[in-house]
Amino acid sequence: MTRELGYAAIAVAFTLALYGLVAAVAGVRRGRGDLVRSAELATYFNFGLLTVANLAMIHALVARDFSISYVAQVGSHATPLLITVISLWSALEGSILFWGWVLAGYTALAVYLNRVRISGSLVPYATAVMLGVGAFFYLLLLLPANPFQLVWPTPADGPGPNPLLQNHWLMAVHPPLLYLGYVGMTVPFAFAIGALLSGRLDETWIRATRRWTVVAWGFLSLAIMAGMWWSYEVLGWGGYWAWDPVENASFMPWLTATAFLHSIMVQERRGMLKVWNLSLVIATFLLTILGTFLTRSGIISSVHAFTQGTIGYYFLGFIAVVLAFSLAVLAGRSAELRAAGHLDAAASRETVFLVNNLLLTAFTFTVLLGTLFPLLADAVQGVQVSVGAPFFNRMTVPIMMALIFLMGVGPVLPWRRADPDELKRRFIVPAAAFMAVVAGSLIFGLRQPYTIVAFGFAAFALAANIGEFVAPALKRVRAHGEFILLALLRVVNANRRRYGGYVAHIGVLLMAAGIAASSTFKIERNVTLRQGEVLEFKGYRLRFDELWGREEPQRFVIGADIAISREGGSESILQPRLNLYGANQPITTPAVRSRPHEDVYVTLMAWSAEEGATPTVTIRAIVEPLLVWIWIGGLIVGLGALISLWPDRRRRRGAAQRPAGIADAEPVPVVVTGELAAAGASAGQVAVARERTRLGPESAGKGILP
Amino acid sequence: MGKPASRRIALVVGGAIVAAAVVFMYFGLNSNLVFWLTPTEVVEMGESAYETPIRLAGMVSTGSVEWDADRIDLRFIVEDYNNRIEVRTKTAPPMMFQEGIEVVVEGRLTRAGVFEASNVMVMHSNEYRELPDDHPPPEERYRQLLGEATP
Repeated sequence: MTRELGYAAIAVAFTLALYGLVAAVAGVRRGRGDLVRSAELATYFNFGLLTVANLAMIHALVARDFSISYVAQVGSHATPLLITVISLWSALEGSILFWGWVLAGYTALAVYLNRVRISGSLVPYATAVMLGVGAFFYLLLLLPANPFQLVWPTPADGPGPNPLLQNHWLMAVHPPLLYLGYVGMTVPFAFAIGALLSGRLDETWIRATRRWTVVAWGFLSLAIMAGMWWSYEVLGWGGYWAWDPVENASFMPWLTATAFLHSIMVQERRGMLKVWNLSLVIATFLLTILGTFLTRSGIISSVHAFTQGTIGYYFLGFIAVVLAFSLAVLAGRSAELRAAGHLDAAASRETVFLVNNLLLTAFTFTVLLGTLFPLLADAVQGVQVSVGAPFFNRMTVPIMMALIFLMGVGPVLPWRRADPDELKRRFIVPAAAFMAVVAGSLIFGLRQPYTIVAFGFAAFALAANIGEFVAPALKRVRAHGEFILLALLRVVNANRRRYGGYVAHIGVLLMAAGIAASSTFKIERNVTLRQGEVLEFKGYRLRFDELWGREEPQRFVIGADIAISREGGSESILQPRLNLYGANQPITTPAVRSRPHEDVYVTLMAWSAEEGATPTVTIRAIVEPLLVWIWIGGLIVGLGALISLWPDRRRRRGAAQRPAGIADAEPVPVVVTGELAAAGASAGQVAVARERTRLGPESAGKGILP
Repeated sequence: MGKPASRRIALVVGGAIVAAAVVFMYFGLNSNLVFWLTPTEVVEMGESAYETPIRLAGMVSTGSVEWDADRIDLRFIVEDYNNRIEVRTKTAPPMMFQEGIEVVVEGRLTRAGVFEASNVMVMHSNEYRELPDDHPPPEERYRQLLGEATP
């Protein structure tokens, strides 16, 4: 019953998506508002249907209905409830099902929020694109990745989800964040294509696209950070990034989306980079699909890529169609995408954004090359190789350095042209911070040039970004006698989009400092300890007290009690563990003691406990300075995205009035209600004002609802 | 900008930067490739196998394991029925490491003929479906392991 319900819901959703796609396009072309409206309804119904399908699967997982193929694959009686629920995304079919749900949710929300706000044919075309992407994923669920297949005879029990995925709570957090980020990139893509198809290439699509990109980018940032954290907490080698194809797959769209969030400002202010911005949005979407193809087709095997099948061909076909279609649409509008402005001076903010985009593109290309090269080598030369982490580090560290530096330069430089005296004044504090940190590093005995420069640039950029908060706040304090914190809050509140960006910068800079310090000054020691024996290590005393074992429903846990103390300080207990899930490879759970200045990380590697002999354990102890700032920085990046997206009561009223402002540049009447919006859309071939609604400098920096 | 002459200069400079980047990347890639090999393939490579990053798959030979817990020193032999390679590593044996088990090791073959491994992975399949009856021959089996290994 559950099986039929889930499958039927997907089948209906697939049909509706195809119907909606055709209805939206036909509605716009023939001026039929009712058809457009029906496509809109299809997106809402699809969200309901995918909700039913996902709840059906969760129900089947919890009820342990092993007659359903996906449950038989990842379920087991011994698995605890929470892990049973999250095993929805622990293997291929379930994760595509979850993907479909998230996509249906995004589609319905984006259509709902924009059906009135944006008149004309842009939204119907965007709706058609989102439904088209949806149809592809529903098709996967109906054919190659059907999670609702019948298993006969019904097995009595299943193997449980992949041990790596059920070993840590971050696995309940990382995948949903990743899907929210990945799938969210569909919305900006749809609006970009919608703008191209409708010919509505003014600021309307930019506004919608930018906000949705920030949403998806924020989730993706948090997802990448959570993935790094998970690696650190589970894999037991003290690292958090290995340039694994799966990690690269999530990182590449983040890079291009970051580039877009910067370059779009150049278009808003100066009317430049139009084709470039559209290309970045399209590239970001394609990279999410490519990433899914790489990780889900099993073509490059790695931690996450534990499935294989024919699904790869579907993805390849889809990528080819999207690429060809996007390029054709882009080429068709090239005449209307000429730049309206040009660069005035080398030392201006737009130049920094340009260089930033070049660097981010080079970064993406490097990661892409390193990720795809093994496929090329195998296909062309028949040689199996992998690209070592040193390649990625050597190629990308200089790019990262330059980006950190630019993060300090960009906020300080004004648009268009800079006044030299003003520049000098604004760069004094950041430059002083740079010198102080470099000098301090040298005095403390640091001799690694890259690390010293990284610290120096990070300090420079931190000072510059913090200065953007402090300077105007101090002005307020002097002018109105406000309390400094209140003044800061009001400064941020007055321009959330900009300050959200600066908060994100601060987060990235903290991450950069954490990564530079923890990778350069990581110290590792492997040692075998007898019971009671002490390891003296980097000012710590680690004493092996006891070896123990514990039976849990789904696993057997072996752990060691290691007493840790600073010289002369109080003692606490670290418990590195090994979790054995049935006959699978055991999973380590390192014990981590985080402090602001450094982490102590202990992994249990081996033990012996023979009858009559003193037990021994072999442990790996690692000390990594400033590591915790990577996670703190990651959370601050997410906070930055949230600040720039925070809705504003006052501005919402402003947004409601906005159509009137746009309307005077448009030949169609202003439409306010849903039905009328559809009617407005029916003016299909509406010639839309291009470049007529230039945003003034005061409105350009402000956030408007998506 | 905008004028044809400056545009041409920009194109030339841009092209030169791209070309330099491509060359830089090519050498960067070439010097950082890790080759996926079986013991027989390593032996067939002869001289050129020395000091090259290699990911090696095979079976731990019976009676070859020596583990010195106090000095964290592990030695064993990886074989594929035809050829044997001596492996040494300064890490503890991973859980479930034992004679006769399939492993993937990463490291370099030194001129002394010993494979210095930085990473030893026990290949215990985490695919739950039973192995097919038409079990692949050893060479193919080890080739498959190379892809499944997770550094």
